[in-house]
Amino acid sequence: MNDANLPPYAQALGIAIDHDEDGNPVLYADFSDRVLGRPGFLHGGAMSGLMEMACMAALRAEMERRGETMRLKPVNVQVEFMRGGTEQRTFAMGTVTRAGRRVALVNAACWQDDRAKPIALAQMKILLSPAE
Amino acid sequence: MSDASSTPSPDPALPPGFVFDPARLAKGMMTRNGHSGWLGLDYHAHGEGWFELELPWREELVGVAETGVLASGPIISLMDNATSMSVWTLTGKFVPHATLDLRVDYMRAAVPGKTVIGRGECYKLTRTISFIRGIAYDEDPSDPIAHVVGSFMATHGTYL
Repeated sequence: MNDANLPPYAQALGIAIDHDEDGNPVLYADFSDRVLGRPGFLHGGAMSGLMEMACMAALRAEMERRGETMRLKPVNVQVEFMRGGTEQRTFAMGTVTRAGRRVALVNAACWQDDRAKPIALAQMKILLSPAE
Repeated sequence: MSDASSTPSPDPALPPGFVFDPARLAKGMMTRNGHSGWLGLDYHAHGEGWFELELPWREELVGVAETGVLASGPIISLMDNATSMSVWTLTGKFVPHATLDLRVDYMRAAVPGKTVIGRGECYKLTRTISFIRGIAYDEDPSDPIAHVVGSFMATHGTYL
């Protein structure tokens, strides 16, 4: 997995891969006007977008380990906002909680300078179908 | 909960309690700056308890390069902002608040090239919490792209 695999939305927002952690890509985005919500704070939609990309990246990595090529189709996402994000680099990592043959449940956390204090959490359900 | 906020105030200089003119504010500050400005969010329509913003399709917002389908991040931002504005159409004044949670169910993919409209509705206000729901659609509200539900918390002052 490298940055070039990330979709246009991720690239436009400046989302890139920081490192791999037990096979899960840790993504980051630097602070810019593009992710600004209310003055001085990160927009919740940008946090959500970063976590969504982290969920998809984690699931793609899991599919690669299984040697499967699957089309991923988001069914739903639930986001919990816990702290305001400030003007600094933001990270997110997805964890595949369960991936069966047809559907996967992926959790993600989003943090800034202190990983022990996540600013938001997300949970996504994603349908899996064999790629043509 | 901390003083989290994902919702931009329409104008940083606005004091809490300022009389809220949704259309004017949405056409102004909110849709030109920051994340919503980058997304290109714009005013569409509003009424008491509901508010619509539009999100024009563009290449940069695509989540799957091969299909041209919009990423869900922009849809979440659209719905966060539209539902946030819908709260203020009920209070009639600007009350700073933070998004507590948001759930999005995707009914179908957004059609490449089509503008998405986000319709937010506030269906219950308490002193500190507002409960919202909404849909994202392109042409026909009865064939939505997504349904959302969530809540906001007033961070400075109260809704009622």
